[in-house]
Amino acid sequence: MSRIVGIDLGTTNSLVAFVDDRTGLPVVIADRDGHRLLPSIVSFTPDGLVVGEAARRQLARRPTDTVYSVKRLMGRGWEDVKDELRYLPFRVLPADGTVKLAVGGREVTPPEVSAIVLKALKERAEAHFGEPIEKAVVTVPAYFNDSQRQATKDAGRIAGLDVVRIVNEPTAASLAYGLHRLGQGVIAVYDLGGGTFDISILRAKDGIFEVLATNGDTHLGGDDFDRVIMLWLLEDIQARHCAELERDGLDLARDQESMQELRLAAEAAKIRLSTEERTTLTLPFEGFTYRRDITRAELERLIERLVARTLGPCRQALTDAGLTPADIDEVVLVGGSTRVPLVRKRVQELFGKTPHSQLNPDEVVALGAAVQAHILAGGITDMLLLDVTPLSLGIETLGGIVSILIPRNTTIPTSAREMFTTSVDGQTVVDMHVVQGERELAKDCRSLARFELRGIDPMPAGMPKIEVTFLIDANGILQVQAREQRTGKAASIEVKPTYGLAEGDVERMIEDSFTYAEADVETRLLIETRNEADTVLTHVARALRQGAALVSAEERTAIEAAVEALRRAREGQDRDAIRDRTTELNHATERLAETLMDSALKGALGTRRAEEIMQSKGDPAAAGET
Amino acid sequence: MTDFFQVFGLQRRLAVDTAALQRRFYELSRQWHPDFHQARPPAEQAQALEESARVNAAYRALRDPIARVEYLIRLEEGRETREGAAVKPKAPPDLLAEMFEIQESLEEARSGALDDATRATLTEQRDGLRARMEDAERRLAGPLSQAWDAAAPGDRGAALTALKETLATRAYLRTVIDDLTAALGEGHEETHVANRRD
Repeated sequence: MSRIVGIDLGTTNSLVAFVDDRTGLPVVIADRDGHRLLPSIVSFTPDGLVVGEAARRQLARRPTDTVYSVKRLMGRGWEDVKDELRYLPFRVLPADGTVKLAVGGREVTPPEVSAIVLKALKERAEAHFGEPIEKAVVTVPAYFNDSQRQATKDAGRIAGLDVVRIVNEPTAASLAYGLHRLGQGVIAVYDLGGGTFDISILRAKDGIFEVLATNGDTHLGGDDFDRVIMLWLLEDIQARHCAELERDGLDLARDQESMQELRLAAEAAKIRLSTEERTTLTLPFEGFTYRRDITRAELERLIERLVARTLGPCRQALTDAGLTPADIDEVVLVGGSTRVPLVRKRVQELFGKTPHSQLNPDEVVALGAAVQAHILAGGITDMLLLDVTPLSLGIETLGGIVSILIPRNTTIPTSAREMFTTSVDGQTVVDMHVVQGERELAKDCRSLARFELRGIDPMPAGMPKIEVTFLIDANGILQVQAREQRTGKAASIEVKPTYGLAEGDVERMIEDSFTYAEADVETRLLIETRNEADTVLTHVARALRQGAALVSAEERTAIEAAVEALRRAREGQDRDAIRDRTTELNHATERLAETLMDSALKGALGTRRAEEIMQSKGDPAAAGET
Repeated sequence: MTDFFQVFGLQRRLAVDTAALQRRFYELSRQWHPDFHQARPPAEQAQALEESARVNAAYRALRDPIARVEYLIRLEEGRETREGAAVKPKAPPDLLAEMFEIQESLEEARSGALDDATRATLTEQRDGLRARMEDAERRLAGPLSQAWDAAAPGDRGAALTALKETLATRAYLRTVIDDLTAALGEGHEETHVANRRD
């Protein structure tokens, strides 16, 4: 059997991992530069597509063409997401059953954007193994519904990956812990990532990981923390610098570049406040520099309500499992947002025990996905994950009431059978509306699909007996089969997914994605190098402006020469030359940067610093995780 | 109709050793879970999927004593699908007088007058109903189940009727408890633990 890798397709970062045959342990695959996390960001630049770290550097430069947190849009319809779109700098448009992004002069769907991230991970794994990788286990939040799972599978196909299993993030994490003989008995996995929250309660016994209950919120995560901090900063800047803003005619809230700078600064401050009690925020604008201290207590006041929103699902999961906090043996923390001290505090209060976080919360899901991949490949035979479906599955009946066929927290795979008949003489088609959710009325639940049972022989009303089998497979994805009982003949079913892509769309996207791929590795690297050069050039121009008085004439000449050299190299095709000139320019401005840092203008290179902090996020020591 | 008792090699009896059931469930899961059939031909994969779904459904039906009673009734009556399977909630006769008062306080709460006194009354009424519901559950899982097991196969009609009636009472109590909980504005989190596997 060919190799299967494990992929954590995250809101903020994505990773690829595999189980090392020699040690039997899962490891994350790093890129050439040793980076283990791939930022889930895609930028559609005039020079072509860039992804990951290079795309992150485009966030503030090309806010309208740089897509981040696309996971929040996966498998969603316009109605689901329209309220939060005003916080996203790129354009999102309603589309038939889904949404589209208008970026870089074209329209793409969320699965296509995710496919670009998956493809980068696929290439990373291929470079590591020196062989093609075609199969992967991909993780999703446990609380993802059918459409969101299907969208994730579609993304894999577009990227040229056969997604052999969709596995839930918290349960994947429990596998990684299980392999390390950590987390035994009844475990609560609290998983707060960039955009989603899950709580899963499992029983780990004799190598079986049986999920008892799961709950969550697919629209709650670190992104929301950043947003409240950002809005708070915006208000503060507007209050304190209204004179300058008016003078410069700058409407911050409408300026996408400034808002991105604010968001990045908010994120960086949040991360620093996980290890420090107080931090200084410095944001350079064209006409003034904003600077203020923020304390951990202030941050906690801002995010308190968001953190509290995770506790209801925790209690519900306990109730569904028939347990109380005292029954929980271990609490495991997963996801970067669990580094926030307030989150840890609230979790500890709820469960009454100190949570575990021995495994890096950014990596543990990918490690677990690798373990699951190894199980599927036959490499592990003593571990088995028994997961559940997070939401009840039902059909709409008379009066719009939902009749539940498969209740939430049912172990999967599972199936339910239901009889359907006709209501009019000679009727040959029967409609069904399948929904997912916990509400009584179909209109309050998530519509999954409308099915049409066709080819029923004309008979008096009520005579045909069509047996429909609803099967939720091990991926948590619904399959439907129908059979007319009298004739035993399989009825044909036409499925119209309410949200998501039709089969034809996926095929077309697979073809399109090969067109993207023509920008071969060399071209992509050239683009990335050029982008890096652009970033440095922008920073230097700003530093020279702000620190004009701080450089000697001699130094200025040297910097300007280095700028000119880089500009010339950038126009050429020689990647090494561009990289060398970039390094030289960085070197020429070292003293200036230091002086700026020390002076009252400290942090004039603030964006740069924020980026560097972000880059070190994957490193536990740098982020204060021990 | 698949007899879920047979899936685990059990006789059709309500007394089940749940620890042994769990062990058998884990064994069958190891045998049939699709994870262990990934490399098999499509037909075998399909069979594993079907068997695994059956094992999961069977475990769900039998692991909890109340769910087990509900399943047994369905099995005894030969109802293939859930059509008409829900036990119609039915008020226990000795509760009718009390129900008057409860409806009254519910009306009061819904009309917006949720003062401390009404709240206290509602809570007290709910606690009373909960005690009754727990009693019904104890009887279902205990003496009533034992009575069915003890009866000769041709002579189980009365025991089955008693199980059905008590289930109907429990369903009724649960509905009223949910109404009271909603009126108290406490939402789902107060849902009684016994609801968990229904």
